Amino acid sequence: MDEKLTTKLRILSDAAKYDASCASSGAPKRAAGLDGIGSTSNGICHAYTPDGRCVSLLKILLTNYCLFDCAYCINRRSSNVERARFTVDEVVSLTLNFYKRNYIEGLFLSSGIIRNPDHTMEQMVLVAKKLRREHGFAGYIHLKTIPEANPWLIEQAGLFADRLSINIELPSPDSLARFAPEKSTKSITGAMGQMKERIDEAKEDRRKFSPAGQSTQVIVGADATTDATLLQTSAVLYKDYALRRVYYSAFSPIPEPSAVLPLKAPPLQRENRLYQADWLLRFYGFSTDEVASAGQDGMLALDIDPKSAWALQNRDRFPLDVNTADREMLLRVPGLGVRSVDRIIAARRHARLRLADIGRLARSVKRLLPFLVTADYRPTKVADRLEIRSTLAEAPVQASLF
Amino acid sequence: MIGVPLREGADIDGFRAAVRMLAARKAPPDSVSWCPAGESDLFGEAPVETAPPVGLPRALGELIRLVVCHSERERYALLYAAIWRVLNGERALLEIQSDPLVHRLETMAKSVRRDLHKMHAFVRFRETHDPDGTERFVAWFEPQHFIVEATAGFFVERFRSLVWSILTPVGSLHWDRANLTVGPPAQRCDAPEPDAFEEAWRCYYENVFNPARLNPRAMRQHMPEKYWRNLPEATSIAGLVQQAPARAREMMAREVAERQKRDPLKAVAAMAEQGPQTLEELNRLIAASEPLTPGANRAVLGEGPMEPDVAFVGEQPGDQEEREGRPFIGPAGQLFDKALAEAGIDRRRVYVTNAVKHFKYEPRGKKRLHKRPNPGEVKRYRWWLQRELSFVRPKLIVAMGGTALLGLTGKPHSVLKVRGPIELDGRAGYATVHPSYLLRLADEPAKREAYDAFRDDLVAVRRLIAANG
Repeated sequence: MDEKLTTKLRILSDAAKYDASCASSGAPKRAAGLDGIGSTSNGICHAYTPDGRCVSLLKILLTNYCLFDCAYCINRRSSNVERARFTVDEVVSLTLNFYKRNYIEGLFLSSGIIRNPDHTMEQMVLVAKKLRREHGFAGYIHLKTIPEANPWLIEQAGLFADRLSINIELPSPDSLARFAPEKSTKSITGAMGQMKERIDEAKEDRRKFSPAGQSTQVIVGADATTDATLLQTSAVLYKDYALRRVYYSAFSPIPEPSAVLPLKAPPLQRENRLYQADWLLRFYGFSTDEVASAGQDGMLALDIDPKSAWALQNRDRFPLDVNTADREMLLRVPGLGVRSVDRIIAARRHARLRLADIGRLARSVKRLLPFLVTADYRPTKVADRLEIRSTLAEAPVQASLF
Repeated sequence: MIGVPLREGADIDGFRAAVRMLAARKAPPDSVSWCPAGESDLFGEAPVETAPPVGLPRALGELIRLVVCHSERERYALLYAAIWRVLNGERALLEIQSDPLVHRLETMAKSVRRDLHKMHAFVRFRETHDPDGTERFVAWFEPQHFIVEATAGFFVERFRSLVWSILTPVGSLHWDRANLTVGPPAQRCDAPEPDAFEEAWRCYYENVFNPARLNPRAMRQHMPEKYWRNLPEATSIAGLVQQAPARAREMMAREVAERQKRDPLKAVAAMAEQGPQTLEELNRLIAASEPLTPGANRAVLGEGPMEPDVAFVGEQPGDQEEREGRPFIGPAGQLFDKALAEAGIDRRRVYVTNAVKHFKYEPRGKKRLHKRPNPGEVKRYRWWLQRELSFVRPKLIVAMGGTALLGLTGKPHSVLKVRGPIELDGRAGYATVHPSYLLRLADEPAKREAYDAFRDDLVAVRRLIAANG
């Protein structure tokens, strides 16, 4: 590969890394024939970088020239960052060559705004169209949609992409107005609404329109928004716009900082807790209020995970008898995941479970001890044990995204 | 004791045949000695015989397929022990994952599944050329279990159009765009030299890493070190980890920089004027866009003078309209012309267009049968229609049929209920039926009556124009 192209790749992949999303799952099953290349999977991570994040897609910007001036973004027009711009054909060729070597599942294309939102979006759609039409590319394509572009471009993008996403970036209209003067909450939610409508309609008449749905990203720690507010925002997004994922991205210091933002280490632990809470809302039957009430002043506890925090506030509900408790309550036991609970329920139909059995059904039995009763074990009452919080606190680890 | 010899690696066929034979003989697990290849059999060969298939729960079949790939010597004995229990009264055995045997087998299956997944992920092809010039992609990989053949389907499906080979210490796969060949084990030195894109890949890998989020533990958890020696990007890891703290500190310590020369104020101002500014620009854009209804070949654009007294909006172009690329020239268009003439409206002074710009049809032999666009499709075209009318600026808009009404208002209406003057998106409008509706009526008197009503609508439209103008 020639040196000029390598330089562009360096600049434009560096510029794209602040987007957390990298999922390549959810696309319909398909495979190219002899005239094309590629297939879809349940999401394969081809590599992991030393920040623990997976590399599944070629995640790059078409260009990092940008007319917008969003304070949190390294590519804002007032930043002195080095600039570059790919041609449509360069992105197409890079995607295909990476794909053929089994480096990636597909492409995640985003872009700074050049000339105007419409023009930028058109160029991105063109990349996707060329990959699909001229090269028979059946791999995954995710396009970062530009909400300020005219609606017909979203219609076009949805014909070729597996997933469309729009980043809400900041959780409140006020923060958005302060940090991202060219953006507006109205145009973002408007475009999300349009996408949801199209995805629903396409499903009804079995057409393809962004079949892997839409996702979004919100930056955590750039403004004063509390965790409770963030989670409420997410709940609304999941409900009203049927989003597949809300990504939380701890605000990361960027090499060309803006004066309006404080410089500090990214709140990685907080990001992790938000993901855990998000999971509780979607898969464990918790309500936003329940999760929020286990924290303080609208913030989740940092020393223990939100499920443990809830359990400690509701000690009277434990211990639970694994041989009789409802699925709904078992899901609330810190340390029991959805799969472990399902295994417990299947196994207890055939045998009375003992502590050793739980050791084989769950990932770790130590965390569970204060909360469960088995055929041969009963803990001292949870309410009596004050030191329990410290046993539940884990060494801080960062979430791994997928 | 019955000795069962098996091929080296994952011998699913040999195991299946043996299980059938043993089940037919009702041989308990402790009477069987499993001998994977190369091991001498102390107890004598089992006789080769064919026995009927054994009915097993689907989940167990799936478990067997995975566990035979495991590198553990005991795998066949463990599997047969489970099969024996399932066949002897414990049909639901696999549901009891707390059972030590089931737990062990599930753990083994999980390890194989993970190995399969990692092989799908971490195989790295390098481009080479065969002596005859054929482009061939070759990879070297070291799996933990006997999974090479089990991964073949994945790579064939994904890289069907390429010629490729995957070399491993336990066997190799070769694909020539038509046939898969399973070859003998290879050696590390058979792996090809790095190709031109490996440097680019490493460059990409280094630059998507964010030093402010260093977390090598999470990386190792998902990408264990044993894989590193065959991953070209892994040579960058040590350097990235080492430099990360300093890079992150430097980022945080950096002063807010004075903005350099770049301040594209003019471009920012110009950004506001996006989208087509004239009807010609809009039409070019529509013509160049993908059809939003399936099957169509080209867009049929509106026609007529600018700032006309009236613009008529129909449903979508038909077969003939699409062939010639002009609106309202098919049978319904001719009927429309006739009614227009009878109502005293000059066809040359009106603008005609459709709510949907592409022909949606169902092929029926050589014919293309008109298919009504569904509400979702109509709404997709709405933005174009609104833009078009904002450029054309008619004094009055006539919506002909339900599709036109939906395209103009964004909401469904029954034409027969709202027939007559109506406000369309804040503009003066009039709702009537689509002329093709008249063609579809079978009954002659009803047809005549409907035609008269349509013509009367057009007369009313002419009066409205006169009143406006």
